[in-house]
Amino acid sequence: MKRERLRILLPVLSLGFLLAAVFYMQPRAMSYFGLNLLFNLAIPVALATIAQMMIIMVNDIDLSIGTFVSFCACVTATLVHDLPVIGYGLLAAAVGAYAAMGAIIHARALPAIVVTLGMSFVWGGFAVLILPSPGGTAPEWLRTLMTLKPPLMPIAIIAPAALAILMHVFIMRSFAGVLLQGVGGNERAVERAGWSIVRLKAAAYGLAGLFGVLSGMALVGLTTSADANIALRYTLLSIAGVILGGGEFTGGRISPIGAVLGALTLTLAASFLSFLRLSPDWQIGAQGAILILVLAVRLVFARKDTLS
Amino acid sequence: MKTENEISGVAETPVVKLDGVHMSFGPVHALTDVHLTVNRGECIGLVGHNGAGKSTLVNVINGRLTPGKGQVIYDDDAHSKAARNALQARDSGIRSVFQELSLCPNLTVLENFRISYKSMPGASWRKRAREAMRACLDRVFPGHGIDPRAMLGALTIAQRQMVEIAIAFSRRDMDANLVILDEPTSSLDATIASQLLDYARHFCARGGAIIFISHMLGEIFEIADRIVVMKDGKIVEDEPAARFTHERLVETMGHMTAEGEPTLRARESLRFGPEVVRMQNGLTAREGEIVGLAGLAGHGQAASLARFFMEKSSVWKAKKNPEVAFVAGDRTRDGIMPMWSIMRNLSLKTLVEFGKIGLIDINAERKLAEDWRERIEIRTDDVRNPILSLSGGNQQKVLFAKALASCAPIVVMDDPMRGVDVGTKKEVYGMIRTEAAKGRTFLWYSTETDEILKCDRVFVFRDGAISAELIGDAITEENMLRASFGMYGNAR
Repeated sequence: MKRERLRILLPVLSLGFLLAAVFYMQPRAMSYFGLNLLFNLAIPVALATIAQMMIIMVNDIDLSIGTFVSFCACVTATLVHDLPVIGYGLLAAAVGAYAAMGAIIHARALPAIVVTLGMSFVWGGFAVLILPSPGGTAPEWLRTLMTLKPPLMPIAIIAPAALAILMHVFIMRSFAGVLLQGVGGNERAVERAGWSIVRLKAAAYGLAGLFGVLSGMALVGLTTSADANIALRYTLLSIAGVILGGGEFTGGRISPIGAVLGALTLTLAASFLSFLRLSPDWQIGAQGAILILVLAVRLVFARKDTLS
Repeated sequence: MKTENEISGVAETPVVKLDGVHMSFGPVHALTDVHLTVNRGECIGLVGHNGAGKSTLVNVINGRLTPGKGQVIYDDDAHSKAARNALQARDSGIRSVFQELSLCPNLTVLENFRISYKSMPGASWRKRAREAMRACLDRVFPGHGIDPRAMLGALTIAQRQMVEIAIAFSRRDMDANLVILDEPTSSLDATIASQLLDYARHFCARGGAIIFISHMLGEIFEIADRIVVMKDGKIVEDEPAARFTHERLVETMGHMTAEGEPTLRARESLRFGPEVVRMQNGLTAREGEIVGLAGLAGHGQAASLARFFMEKSSVWKAKKNPEVAFVAGDRTRDGIMPMWSIMRNLSLKTLVEFGKIGLIDINAERKLAEDWRERIEIRTDDVRNPILSLSGGNQQKVLFAKALASCAPIVVMDDPMRGVDVGTKKEVYGMIRTEAAKGRTFLWYSTETDEILKCDRVFVFRDGAISAELIGDAITEENMLRASFGMYGNAR
């Protein structure tokens, strides 16, 4: 239990530290409106991070999540708005395609990194076909949902919190989630107990597809329009978020709450750097530096843990 | 399914019956004409040297392998007539504890229990699993001190093994009828091991059956009613335990290989050069000597060879004149470059030796490959063909050539003949002998007894240390077996 607590401690601390720094530099951010502004772009990032977590949980990695989210955003901003039946059908088919990809990766023993890299071009191509130039319109209900102003807490805080709790219950507490973690932990053991790994992997990928779709929709709800390249950086952000949140690339060790916190931290890091008045040219590099710093701290902890 | 009371009355209903089972992997016959009946209430001790076919037999019984010929008949009473053997085996209550752990380290103990118990009712499963797990741990290992909510990865190896054993014996909708324990005590200390043996006896008394595999012959005698001895994929003895003694058991395990093939050791007169190898664990070798590393698999032979090789070769830079060359046994893992041609695989080790100012000497590489193709008869018409176009045996020959082409005076071989056919083996033995005569030293780890018999000197490993050094006429299969089971010296 102790190691599990440590795992969640680091994302909590790094988010807390960044938040404190932002509030120190810009006290006005400490308000309903300020928090909403700081975090509202974190909602799609958190959803994409959860999608990535599903794949990392079964010992694979998804390099296509960024283009997939872009594709879903394009579909949402065009087809879902204009021809809802075809639009939702297409999104459902995309989830199915993800599940099929998982099944094929396992059945043919293909490296996920190659398959998903290839698929990223496929999704990117479809996105351009659907929406050749930036534009489109968000469906009305989505727009309303994302701009909701509940009392006390802004939606930008409530939505990630709800997501984190929901996924924690599903992945860490329910049996289906435990079984999926088992696939990452020791595939052979799960297989020997008589479970079908193909189905489990398809399920994990299917869930990733579902969260990818939700991420694309949330993004359109916030930005009101889409673009074929709108979420390209989500691929790296989502991987970084999972790892920052205490996940590991192998062994089925992940934390849904950590992943959501990781996504929030990464979003906040961008705002933090803007508050520092750092030139945008340096921001990506600085974001990387923050990431390296946090992971280095974790490595020190992990080292101590194994030594003691 | 029958209740326990009914079962204990009938002793002679087989849980599983093997009828003339054959199993082969490529050219290797892992099982030949195996007949075995496992009855209720019976505890069978299964012994045999490495590669005798024990693991294959276990996997046939638990349905993970489907035999090429012959039949596996499970309990007729089993309520399902599932299509696959694995399902049939599970439905007739056959459970196995494997040598390597088959649990998920990232989950808690009770979650692991839940994964093994596929048909467990879903409602409030955590509570059920926790109680069931605690109950089965309490039954097998009283006073175990394992919290079912603990993360498996946080437990010690022994505790994990205890969890796995307890899960195998646990109560479910279909209770265990036959539990196969493959070296279950290897990571348990004496007290815990005796708890396990006690429970196993109790389990058999209540009508369960056990197949117990161990190289600790003492345990076998302590627990088994019947001992089955395997040798070269065949069952050579199958008799009540009372008819065996330690002596006779060791003898039977090694009985049959005295046939044919004169040993290459007709060289008493041959003088070896000065000592060139001295390891910390006491292994030594002289110039021109073929030194064998024997013993049961996984007792430290491969590890000490690897350590020696790493010490003698630089991590950073290949040298012009390397001291050691390495022939890998696990080809696919650390032997060949699967995407490369035969030539490039062959010349990999010697690129620096034959290269000039960091560039590959293409002509020398070509010549080297052609030379060796002729010398060891690699069956291909062009050395630029991909390595995977060769058969396994020929791939292994390429790996030998790769090591021998180098000028390294010491060649380390980590069970290099795994899965190689007899013809190729003979050719390679010849190569080794010739090279040794030229003054090269070979360190040869092998799991095959007749290969070890070809060595000039043999070190037998047990539990990571050398338990005996055999020289000259002392190199016999019997002595090797004795030493592998820790009985060399006291029985002489």
